[in-house]
Amino acid sequence: MPEPFHDAMDAVLAGDAAALDPWLRDGAAGRAGLAVYQNTVAKARADALTGLFPTVMRLVGPDWFREAALLFGRHSPPSSPVLDDYGVGFADWLEMFPPARELPFLAPVARVDRAWSEAHRAVEAPVLSASDLVQLGPDVLFAARAVIHPAARIFWFDWTVPTVWLANRAESDPSKPVYWDEKAEGLLLVRPQGAVETHAIDRNQWLFLDSCRRGLPLGRAAASVMVTQPLADLSRLFAGLLRFGVFTRLNLEPSPQ
Amino acid sequence: MTHGSTAGPGLRGPTAGLGLKAQHYEQALACPAVGLWFEVHPENYMVDGGPRLAWLEAIRAEKPLSLHGIGLSLAGDALPDPEHLARFKALADRYEPFAISEHLAWSRRGQVYHPDLLPFPRTRRMLSRVCDNVSRAQDVLGRPLLIENPSLYLALNGHEMSEPEFLSEIVLATGCGLLLDINNVYVSANNLGESATAYLDALPAHAIGEIHLAGHDPDPELGPGLLIDSHAAPVSDTVWSLYQRTIRRIGPRPTLIERDDAIPAFEILMGERNRADAILSAGDEALRA
Repeated sequence: MPEPFHDAMDAVLAGDAAALDPWLRDGAAGRAGLAVYQNTVAKARADALTGLFPTVMRLVGPDWFREAALLFGRHSPPSSPVLDDYGVGFADWLEMFPPARELPFLAPVARVDRAWSEAHRAVEAPVLSASDLVQLGPDVLFAARAVIHPAARIFWFDWTVPTVWLANRAESDPSKPVYWDEKAEGLLLVRPQGAVETHAIDRNQWLFLDSCRRGLPLGRAAASVMVTQPLADLSRLFAGLLRFGVFTRLNLEPSPQ
Repeated sequence: MTHGSTAGPGLRGPTAGLGLKAQHYEQALACPAVGLWFEVHPENYMVDGGPRLAWLEAIRAEKPLSLHGIGLSLAGDALPDPEHLARFKALADRYEPFAISEHLAWSRRGQVYHPDLLPFPRTRRMLSRVCDNVSRAQDVLGRPLLIENPSLYLALNGHEMSEPEFLSEIVLATGCGLLLDINNVYVSANNLGESATAYLDALPAHAIGEIHLAGHDPDPELGPGLLIDSHAAPVSDTVWSLYQRTIRRIGPRPTLIERDDAIPAFEILMGERNRADAILSAGDEALRA
């Protein structure tokens, strides 16, 4: 059985300021105290989004961000007290948000922020290293599937989202020039141990990782690169990805297909 | 259990502690103060892995820890969310806190979480709901809860009992303890025109397992007539004297300095923590004398 008081408070927090008046000892004059709850809820939602989307915040400034966060908070309140899970739809919402129309990089930057926070709190897992592979012959290796580390997030963009994102992190060098340009770029987030690390990746690295992510064996991942770049140095490419810590283990079971 | 609860209140267990902030992890781990303990919101650690859990693990290896929940919605009109309770229990099992606490408030309805501690009319019906919710939480967690008095901003119609009476009934019915937030007592008394000392004297002293101290701010529009439990300022002089008075009455209890906004340097927070520690030591000596 729902409590009528709780129903009324829900209505207040959804914008109906008068809904609780019958419970207020001072009637409408008691609404000043009600504002404390309304403000606390709105502030907590906006603070959570500020913590989860720091790069978006740096790009638009605190005032613009706060306005947007307050609106999003009303539109999509959190569903759980674990606020790390909040803001799943923020990037999509920014895409439709009229004041962001002139800022086409905001939504993709929000997606990278989201991925960073997922990487930061992903489950611990070992990292596959080159020394784990020395015993394996080429046939076994080509048939094996490299499993992506649970903290790794892989991106490919048609525009320079990675450049913009990397330049607006707290730790980035503000004197470095930033270009928003129709130039394809890739980005890899990993957490081999402790902190999240970021790497710009090229088209070949992305093709290879995307194949691995889709569960294809290493031979097929290599072929996906060779199709467009027959002269690519695959062992160097694979060694570089291993050094980033993007794989957790090798799956030697035969492929399902 | 290696910490706290078996030692009881007093100088051998946790004395005065701090809310643990991510920006202070290193100093918290290295701080040698005797009796120092830390408190965290479990909701901030309900993650699968990563640096936050690793820091908590390292700090827990050195210091007693308390889990202070904000999301169980014990004064809600439904039982606590089973998934949230399961995540809470997993943290309690992993970190073995010396205390687990929650609020006499609600925050959750169906699929919407209001990030605040919301009030309700203290009716007999709500008492039975809260008791059911506390019992369910304690059953799942396998440990007793300490229930914290909220700060109140609304004079409501429909209360059938005072807050100390309501809390005492919950203690009797569920076997839980109390987390006494003295700043909340002061803020509520100020906002509702009631007496903080009468409130404090009406609480069952034996049930109080922990004390919170925090700072408040006047409402930006209404001024000191409406105080906000902001956790953004040092503990006020009035709250310090209410604290001293309480320790004299009930004896020492693990005490926490809370600060969640405008967070100063670790040393500044330790200054407030040491002030609480000194009051606890004096209370302890008075008991032994």
